[in-house]
Amino acid sequence: MLCSRATARHLARYAKRWQHTSARPALNSVTPDDIAHFAQFLPQNAILSTLSPVSVAPAEIEQYNSDWMGKYRGKSTTVLRPHTTEQVSKILKWCHERRIGVVPQGGNTGLVGGSVPIEDELILSLGNMSKVRSFDPVSGALVADAGCILEALTEHIATHDHIMPLDLGAKGSCQIGGNVSTNAGGLRLLRYGSLHGSVLGLEVVLPDGTILDNLSTLRKDNTGYDLKQLFIGAEGTLGVVTGVSILTSAAPRAVNNVILALPRFENVLPLFKSTRRHLSEILSAFEFIDRTAYELAVKHGQGKGLTNEESEGAECFVLLETSGGSKEHDEEKLNALLETLLESDPPLINTGVLSQSPTQFASLWRLREGVTEAVSKEGKAYKYDISIPLASFKDVVDATKEQLRKKGLLHENAVKHVLGYGHVGDGNLHLNIVAAAYTQEIEAALEPFVYELVSSYKGSISAEHGIGAMKTHAIHYSKSAVAVDVMKRIKHLFDPHGIMNPGKVLE
Amino acid sequence: MRPTTARLLNILVPVKRCVDYAVKIRVNAQQTGIDANVKHSMNPFDEIAVEEAVRLRERLKDKVKSITVVTIGPAKAAETLRTALAMGADSGIHIEVPESAPAPEPLGVARALRAVVERRRETDLVIMGKQAIDDDLGQTGQMLAALLGAAQATCASALEVDVEKRVARVRTEIDGGAQELVCTLPAVVTTDLRLNEPRYASLPNIMKAKKKPIEKLTPADLGVDLTPVLETIKVTEPPKRVGGGKVSSVDELVGRLKEAGFT
Repeated sequence: MLCSRATARHLARYAKRWQHTSARPALNSVTPDDIAHFAQFLPQNAILSTLSPVSVAPAEIEQYNSDWMGKYRGKSTTVLRPHTTEQVSKILKWCHERRIGVVPQGGNTGLVGGSVPIEDELILSLGNMSKVRSFDPVSGALVADAGCILEALTEHIATHDHIMPLDLGAKGSCQIGGNVSTNAGGLRLLRYGSLHGSVLGLEVVLPDGTILDNLSTLRKDNTGYDLKQLFIGAEGTLGVVTGVSILTSAAPRAVNNVILALPRFENVLPLFKSTRRHLSEILSAFEFIDRTAYELAVKHGQGKGLTNEESEGAECFVLLETSGGSKEHDEEKLNALLETLLESDPPLINTGVLSQSPTQFASLWRLREGVTEAVSKEGKAYKYDISIPLASFKDVVDATKEQLRKKGLLHENAVKHVLGYGHVGDGNLHLNIVAAAYTQEIEAALEPFVYELVSSYKGSISAEHGIGAMKTHAIHYSKSAVAVDVMKRIKHLFDPHGIMNPGKVLE
Repeated sequence: MRPTTARLLNILVPVKRCVDYAVKIRVNAQQTGIDANVKHSMNPFDEIAVEEAVRLRERLKDKVKSITVVTIGPAKAAETLRTALAMGADSGIHIEVPESAPAPEPLGVARALRAVVERRRETDLVIMGKQAIDDDLGQTGQMLAALLGAAQATCASALEVDVEKRVARVRTEIDGGAQELVCTLPAVVTTDLRLNEPRYASLPNIMKAKKKPIEKLTPADLGVDLTPVLETIKVTEPPKRVGGGKVSSVDELVGRLKEAGFT
């Protein structure tokens, strides 16, 4: 009797789960027996669970269960923080056999809910795997554990005069394994290319616990299928990245940055062309910030640059950065560019500020990098990270604003701001809608509107943030049915029980 | 220090090229000084001084006849002058010393600045940083005022000049509060952090600054000797901090404190 009641309870839970996730195979919850099993090979401090015998307060795992924006929330009972690849392997082997869902988690700085559970999956936090394994100062190949924080790696190789091929606003918290798993883009992509090029090898634990050691430091290796590429941007749905081999570059010996105020958006493209021609190889960033984004960044104290008089009348702003080998050479080029810009008729720019010291350099960058933080201080943000033709950046922002206006949602108590900023050099726009609160109404006005809009420009609905839990239903706007079907077959091949990051990327 | 005859104001702002404050300072291998092959920029207190001079002109308009910036340093110090010119100063004076020369000391600098003041026909107000962030000596302003026999107000957090009455009203920071001073011009004012927040040089102004005049001088031209009086024997890093430990009870804490010599 007792037994059948327990079964009924189990079934009820599954039934409930089925309602949420139509096509996913049923997964089991973590039980105290599982915890006892993990305790056999994991140190005490690597297991955080609200289940006995560990029984920590739910508050202690809250930070793992929700994302930093407070938009996504899971119901996980257990967080494991392994120290070694072998431990990860043992965890996955068990979860594979027991059919327990696993959400790999790095710095949990994602924007699309890819790193928090949807239900009560087990959270596998890589934060304890934070050792640099090797660095070759000649080739620049860096091999590190997946849990290394991006900024820590940047500092580690700075002593060897090298820099990481990627840099992003979340560098102080995000981890290299997460960067690779989400194929993070960021601020240096224009110069150093995407991770599909700079990652030399990966160590991945497959869903059944097998360790796939692909940690090559070779730049060229055409032997068979390039398997590591599958895990770059897979968002933890095919396996857990535990080690990364990545190519780093010699650090530039001179860096400069300038923020320019543009009278009209239409000037961005000629400015980009002119900049590329004048600066050629030393151009390392070309970032776009529209007026609303700029004002929010200034309002929330994210760096400073132009005075109010200087920024007046500007429709948008561009931050450009140069990195090169010689200060005099770079400055000469930059000055020639700036003179051309100021003297052209009509001028492409109103005015601008050229950083005069490392402090000013950092402060100008904060204006751009701080937009994300300013947006989260201002309200609840709907973030769309899209690739579209450069010329349509403004049209997309304006069309979105118009859509919200038509629906009567553009006011203080609903949507406060619609803003655009992003990487002009990569054709990547961050379209942000800042609302007083997340509501069904706003979401309905934005989706599928934004996706259809992007699709009409033949753009991508996710340029660098990934699909996560946010856009699984919308993948078809950017990928054909055939492509999605092949992805599903690959997923099934690696993860037949569907335990890896369920509900993410593919429905 | 001769005051301006007409009711106008001529301002002199001494500036120094220092290792940027965001740079981590490292002692060189010979232990004779620090590794100077790093980013330099204008001493932040001097930036505040330049900003204040420019703001005085914005308030007093044509009554500020000139803003001259002066620096003592190697060839690269000219960049610091250009930055000050881009912020709004009119002209620069560069007292050039060889790259290899030892850093001048406050008294030498004050004497050189006195010579600059005496060479010029008119100087009513010297605004300068209260200290430079590289040596942190904080003496040059006071020494200059004494050498010139001029009024001095140090660590200013507010400055107002009445050109007609020829007085400067200065709020200065003192232990436990602030005091208001009224100085008769000519005067030397040294700046503190609260005085203002310096602007960033805008592109059009950077371009204009390239055409502003910089006069080059040597210490010999001014009849001063910048050789240091003090001899640096050795430069070392402060001892590394050692991590703290946890104690489990008050008794243990008291025991540890006793061990460490606290009674």
